[in-house]
Amino acid sequence: MPTKTTKSVLSLESINSNVIEAEYAVRGEIVQIAQKLAKELEKGATLPFQKLVWCNIGNPQILGQKPITYFRQVLSLCEYPELLSVPEVEKLFPTDVLSRARQLLEQIPGGVGAYSESAGAFVVRKLVAEAIARRDRHPCNPEEIYMTDGASPAVHYMMDLLIRDGRNDAVMVPIPQYPLYSATLTLYGGKLVPYMLNESCGWSLDVQHLRQQLHTAREQGLCVRGMVVINPGNPTGQCLSLQNQEDILMFCKEESLVLIADEVYQANIYDEKKEFFSFKKVVCDMGILNEVPLVSLHSISKGFVGECGRRGGYMAVTGFPESVTEQILKLASINLCPNISGQICCALMMNPPQEGEPSFELYEKEKNAILGSLKRRAELLVSALNKLEGVSCNAAEGALYAFPRITLPQKAIDVAKSLGKSPDWLYCRDLLQQYGIVVVPGSGFGQADGTFHFRTTFLPSETDIGLVVDNLTSFHTKFMVQYGGIRNTNGTHHLNGCSDS
Amino acid sequence: MSRSEISRAARLLMRHTGLFKLGPECSSAAVVGTRSKFTHSKEGKVLHPDLLNAAVLKTQYAVRGELYLRAEELRKAGKEIIFTNVGNPHALGAKPMTFPRQVASLCIAPFLLERPDVETLFPKDAITRAKKILAAFKGGVGAYTDSRGNPLIREEVAKFFEERDGVPSNPDHVFLTDGASVAVRMCLNAVIRDENDGILVPIPQYPLYSASIQLYGGTLVPYYLDETKNWALSIDSLKKSVKDARAQGKHVRAMVFINPGNPTGQCLSEENLKELIKFAYDEQIVLMADEVYQENVYQDERPFISARKVMHAMGEPYRSSVELVSFHTVSKGAGGECGLRGGCMEMTNIHKGAIEEIYKCASINLSPNTMGQISISCLVNPPKPGDDSYEQYNKERTEELASLRRRAHMVTNAFNNLEGVTCNFTEGAMYSFPRIRLPPKAIEAAKKMGKAPDVLYCLRLLEATGISTVPGSGFGQEEGTFHLRTTILPREEVMNTFVSKFSDFHQKFIKEFS
Repeated sequence: MPTKTTKSVLSLESINSNVIEAEYAVRGEIVQIAQKLAKELEKGATLPFQKLVWCNIGNPQILGQKPITYFRQVLSLCEYPELLSVPEVEKLFPTDVLSRARQLLEQIPGGVGAYSESAGAFVVRKLVAEAIARRDRHPCNPEEIYMTDGASPAVHYMMDLLIRDGRNDAVMVPIPQYPLYSATLTLYGGKLVPYMLNESCGWSLDVQHLRQQLHTAREQGLCVRGMVVINPGNPTGQCLSLQNQEDILMFCKEESLVLIADEVYQANIYDEKKEFFSFKKVVCDMGILNEVPLVSLHSISKGFVGECGRRGGYMAVTGFPESVTEQILKLASINLCPNISGQICCALMMNPPQEGEPSFELYEKEKNAILGSLKRRAELLVSALNKLEGVSCNAAEGALYAFPRITLPQKAIDVAKSLGKSPDWLYCRDLLQQYGIVVVPGSGFGQADGTFHFRTTFLPSETDIGLVVDNLTSFHTKFMVQYGGIRNTNGTHHLNGCSDS
Repeated sequence: MSRSEISRAARLLMRHTGLFKLGPECSSAAVVGTRSKFTHSKEGKVLHPDLLNAAVLKTQYAVRGELYLRAEELRKAGKEIIFTNVGNPHALGAKPMTFPRQVASLCIAPFLLERPDVETLFPKDAITRAKKILAAFKGGVGAYTDSRGNPLIREEVAKFFEERDGVPSNPDHVFLTDGASVAVRMCLNAVIRDENDGILVPIPQYPLYSASIQLYGGTLVPYYLDETKNWALSIDSLKKSVKDARAQGKHVRAMVFINPGNPTGQCLSEENLKELIKFAYDEQIVLMADEVYQENVYQDERPFISARKVMHAMGEPYRSSVELVSFHTVSKGAGGECGLRGGCMEMTNIHKGAIEEIYKCASINLSPNTMGQISISCLVNPPKPGDDSYEQYNKERTEELASLRRRAHMVTNAFNNLEGVTCNFTEGAMYSFPRIRLPPKAIEAAKKMGKAPDVLYCLRLLEATGISTVPGSGFGQEEGTFHLRTTILPREEVMNTFVSKFSDFHQKFIKEFS
């Protein structure tokens, strides 16, 4: 019988240490401070700003982006099928919406209220597979598709599968990265082997460097099992070249690595010169489909769909033996199934209205409006950031973020150190407290030693983004002055330590 | 940056940045030159079944295990299958309750609210509720919410717990999740540090618990429910389990109890709950109260009473000390909205620091799905007397629960009428868990096939009748006993057919193996 103490069983000292160590900056400390400030504002406190602008997270609809009408129409019928029996239903919804809802309800036993198969309702997986086949011009079997509550659970499954006991299994992750990868590796007791993206070359990837990192990791006794690639990148936004993609696949084949291809931003590409090719397509074109274990992730949260709160996504799995996919299915079955509404939304995203169908015009209009607006905002923000003293920002070729590099004055670095924080944290905190703009410090994503960044979305609406840009500009000047930053009177950049490549 | 600069940057990063700790046992000095003891690949494959996380390989979840997979095979080959393996009411013909779906439909398509004829399509209270929810969901249902769930919904849940239990609940100690299972797993992940941490789990149990404990690397410490006493929970049995576990060097950290039980259906008495809480206090154990079936009660002697309520009524020292997490869901009850994935947990007396860590883990998955959250709102804050939808809502709810009560009796009686089968009454939940005395020849035949005897029985049942059940071995049972779990969810109209198919099969099976 243990001695009775006043200590809780579940206290900070006695919780799973992997949980304690895991960090997720996207909703980390800066965001928590912001939440406190939000509460104060609600209570009527007077702060230097009227409202908070949440630029920390790719959450488009909270900043005014509208959902795609077609999806919501179909889903409202799926949620409340009685509407289909209402005589005026044809006045409520276009005919293609009605037939799509009927088709889905017929083929999903029990509708949205029943557990589906754990990999997802068959009709949903079939629709997703057909869309992938059209996109890639290679066959796709519905059995390859596992629907998930957003793309994140898929990452959990893969880490759980790959990381064995013993603390020596590792996965290669791009730096900067989306911190889901570092967090899940920590949670599952694995190690992260970084590979640096090259900022001065548009965040491109160097295969020689990949090899070097792998070699070093192995020398240190790590068993590197897989590699994550985010394309388009997050936070960096770059679209990989076809050459890069082929190099990566070859590398994974030669080194026997599982490739986890996070492709959730595939619909967010703003550079006309770039085209998205899925890793599935490339691996098929190269004729090595069965030789590279590949997990491709997609989601309804991004693109122009932006249905973050609905939690819909899938993982497409190829090059795996059945004995391994059985394990994925088993893991998925413990939570029974992903939410049906999210599954349906994913199927709709992949199978939108076609030309000639009643909903096509509106769909195209909404889609193009959102993509066009995202492109304009991306350009506006990046160009404004590049005008700031000591700031340089690569173009956002894709995704939803700008990841500017900021040169911080020594005084700022010292103050941050005295607070036990990273210097970019200090910058972000002051920006938040003075202007109410919430961004995420670059240290949350990883960055080259001695460099500082922050990630901001460009999601504030076109009406608001001008003000955001102005405020960022004002803040930046203030910050540099406050901390004795370098002044260059003719307004050109002055980045310390920037080497030419 | 040049290539060499990139490499150097990466090495610096690996060594210095907090994110990329190599861990104390992997400092460069210690491991330079040593190869990992784990094999990288086998037969040319890195993803070889022998090279996966052992915990994943060992984990089983019988509800969608061998029997279910066989049922799926048969279904795809054209056989009609009755899926009574999982508590999934709508798949067997149950209709959703109307009000929650009306609210959901409006929330997902707010443009319907702008129609001048909306009140001809939807009742006023559904419209009001949808508007209230949409006002609280900034950006509508398409935006990520707070990682714990939308504050309005959490307030409603807290209010529900307060009204149910007579003790205030803090909305910041309520987490909404994609089904109760996610909440359960969050707690287990926090509690289990290594294989020495033990979690008390009832036998028979719902295999989410055994699976999760396995995955998180902990130890399942079983405590047996007594079939001869209507699946009663005995404190002596609990104490013995703890003693045995500690003798093996385990730290017993938490205890799961399922009330009403799954698969067993028993409803705990107030006395039982008091004993449990006292036990948890004495042994300093976190209580995990799986109360997802709290609405599904089919007898009146022991109505549902929550652990939280009993604990509060017991006063000090229990009231402020016992660490208690209570789980609820939209998947069961009268609504049976399994596919929406809406669940919640309420934390009482849980250390603030622990809650923060759990919050952090929740935030890695950003937020629970919004439609599930809205469904929770309708569950905990349903139409009240006087509201437009109250009558229909109440009717739907009462009728479904009454029907379930009748089916609980039908199924129990049917099993008790079979030769060699005894079955405790389904006091609550959605299942029947009959005990089947298998003839020795059947047990032998199973052994020859390398299968557990109840697996053989269930496979034969499936192949003969299309009825998909889960063998008792998937839930745990006393050594030498055999059970199966079936739901009581086939509709009343088809229940007689269900019972007679089962009966026919059973008689044939017994005859074959006599």
